[in-house]
Amino acid sequence: MSRESTSKLPNLDRRDFAWFVDKGMQVFMFIGGISAIVFIIGIFVFITKEGLPFITDTMNFGEFFTSPRWRPTSENNPTYGALALIVGTASVTGFAMVVAVPFSLGAAIFIAEFATGRTREILKVLVEMLAAIPSVVWGFIGLSIMNPLIIDTFNVPVGLNVLNAGIILGLMAAPIMTTIAEDALKAVPDTYREAAEAMGATRWQIVWRVVLPAARNGLVAAVLLGVGRGFGETMAVLMASGHSINLPGGIFDSVRALTATIAAELGETVQGSDHYRALFTLGILLFIVTFVINLTADLVVRGVRKK
Amino acid sequence: MSRDTVRRIVCIVAIGLLAACGGRGGKGGRTIIQNKGSDTLVNVAQAWAEAYAKIKPDVAVAVTGGGSGTGIAAMINGTVDIANASRKMKQKEIDLAKSKGIDPKEWVVGFDALAVYIHKDNPKKKYTIKELADIYGEGGPVESWSDFGIEVPGCDSAKIVRISRQNNSGTYAYFRKTVLGKNDFKLGSNDLHGSKDVVDAVEKTPCAIGYSGLAYATEHVGLADVAKDANSPYVTPSVTSAVDGSYPIARPLLMYTNGEPKGAVKEYLDWILSEEGQKIIKRKGYAPVIEISGE
Repeated sequence: MSRESTSKLPNLDRRDFAWFVDKGMQVFMFIGGISAIVFIIGIFVFITKEGLPFITDTMNFGEFFTSPRWRPTSENNPTYGALALIVGTASVTGFAMVVAVPFSLGAAIFIAEFATGRTREILKVLVEMLAAIPSVVWGFIGLSIMNPLIIDTFNVPVGLNVLNAGIILGLMAAPIMTTIAEDALKAVPDTYREAAEAMGATRWQIVWRVVLPAARNGLVAAVLLGVGRGFGETMAVLMASGHSINLPGGIFDSVRALTATIAAELGETVQGSDHYRALFTLGILLFIVTFVINLTADLVVRGVRKK
Repeated sequence: MSRDTVRRIVCIVAIGLLAACGGRGGKGGRTIIQNKGSDTLVNVAQAWAEAYAKIKPDVAVAVTGGGSGTGIAAMINGTVDIANASRKMKQKEIDLAKSKGIDPKEWVVGFDALAVYIHKDNPKKKYTIKELADIYGEGGPVESWSDFGIEVPGCDSAKIVRISRQNNSGTYAYFRKTVLGKNDFKLGSNDLHGSKDVVDAVEKTPCAIGYSGLAYATEHVGLADVAKDANSPYVTPSVTSAVDGSYPIARPLLMYTNGEPKGAVKEYLDWILSEEGQKIIKRKGYAPVIEISGE
C-alpha cells in the first residue's frame, strides 16, 4: 500500500527547472535578507576608515567634546571643537520633540481610538502624505515663510533659530511618530477595551488608564524613532537653524547641527585633509548616536511583543 | 507592520547619513569641459559657457558652483578641467595637488569688489576696515548697533546679526585675510551657503550686516562705502573702483587648470581673456582684466 503510493508521487529529488528556480530564489532571498546587515557594516567600516586617522592623530578628545570652537580652516590655529554642533543638534531635536510628541500622540490616539470609517481613512492618508514632503521643501518653508514670521511676531533679530528649526523638524518627525504610535495602539487587544467598558469605564478612562499604559513600549519606540529622525535630518535643519556656531541660551538663538556642518563643508574639503577627516569623525558620532537610538527603539518594541 | 516600519526607518536613517561624496567625469561625443568652483564666479562662468556654446557648438562647458574650495578640491581630485576660485590656492592645497601629480596653473580672469551689505533702512552706510574687524573679528568689541551710536529701524534689540559664509568659501577666506588679517572670525555668525543667500538674508533682516560679491547687489539692500583706515576716503564699491584699486576689498577672480592647458580648454581660456569674454564679465558686474572700449 505504502509502496504503491510513493511510486505514484513525482520524484521530488529530480533536479528539474523548478528545482533550480527554487534554489535560485532561495539564494536571492538570502542575499536580500542579509544585505541590510552588509550595508550597515560597510557604511560603518567606510566612515571609520575615513575618520580614524583624525581620531588617532589630530583629535584632542577634551577639545572635541568640550570646546565650541569649530574652526577647521583657520590659517594660524585650526581648532576642532564640536560641542556647539552637538548642543545645536540636541537643542533642535529636543525642541522638535516638544512640538511633535503632543501632536503625533494626539493624532495617533484620535485615529486609533476615536475616528471611524471615512474620517479615519482620510486622516491616515493625509498623515502619510505629510511624510512625503521632501526635506528641502520644509527647509524652504523655514527660510522664506517662518523666518519673517518669527522676526515680526517675537521681535527678534533673526528668525532662523532653534524655534524655527524645531517646529519644522517637529512637523517632519510627526508623521512617522503618528504612524508607529497608531500601530502600537492598534496592537492593544480589543478584549482590554471590552473588559474596561464592562466595568463601566468611560471612553476617556479607557484610553488613559487602559490603552495608553498597555501600549507604552510602542509609544516610547515611536518617540525614539522621531528623535532618530531629528538627529539625522540635514537639509531642513541647515536651512532653518541659521547655521551659526553658538551655544544657545534660548529658543531664539541660531545654532548649527552636526549633519548640516557635514553637508555644508564636506563637498568643499580636499579629500584626506584633517578637515575632511574631522567631518567624517562627526559622521561616526552621528552614526553611533542614531544607531543607539534606533537599537533602543527596536528593543523596546521587542519588549512589547514578549508581554 | 510596526517591526517592518522600524526596520525600514533604520535603513533610511543609516543611508541618509552617507552624505553624497564622489565626483564624476566622462566625455560624450562632443568635447565637454568640466568647470567647477566659486559661487562668486558661477553666474559669469555660466554666461561664458552659454555664449561659448553659440560660437563653438561642438564644445560643451558644464558649470557647477559650490565654492572655491569645492572647485580646487575637485581639481586636486582630478574631476574637473577648470576650477573657478575667488581666492588663491593655499600652499597646503598646492602641495597636496603636487603630491597627486597635479600641477595647478593660475589665470586671473577678472576682479571683484567684495561689497558690505546692510539693510536698506540701516542709517550707517560708511565703514572703515577697522570697524568691520571690530564687528566680525574674534575679540572685536562691537556687538550691537548702539555701539556705533545708531538705531536701526525694525531692529529693536540692536544686536548686530553677522551674516558670514561657510568656512571653505573663497569669499570667507578673502574677507578674513583682508579685513581680519591674521585673526579669526568671531563665532556665532550665521554662515550661509551661497553669495546670493547672504544678500537675501540681509534684505530680510533689519539687524544684519553681510559681505558678498558686488555682482549680487540688488536695489532692495544697502551697500556700504568702505575706507581703508580712518584717514582714507570712503569708497563706494563699483567696477571702476575695483579696477583702479581705490576700493579696499577687491580681489582677483581666478581660474586654475592642471598644467599648461591644451586643446579645447586652452581655446576656451583664451576666449575668456579676449575682449569678447571680458565684455561678458563686465556686463555681469565684475571688473575685466583688460581695458574694454565702449559699453
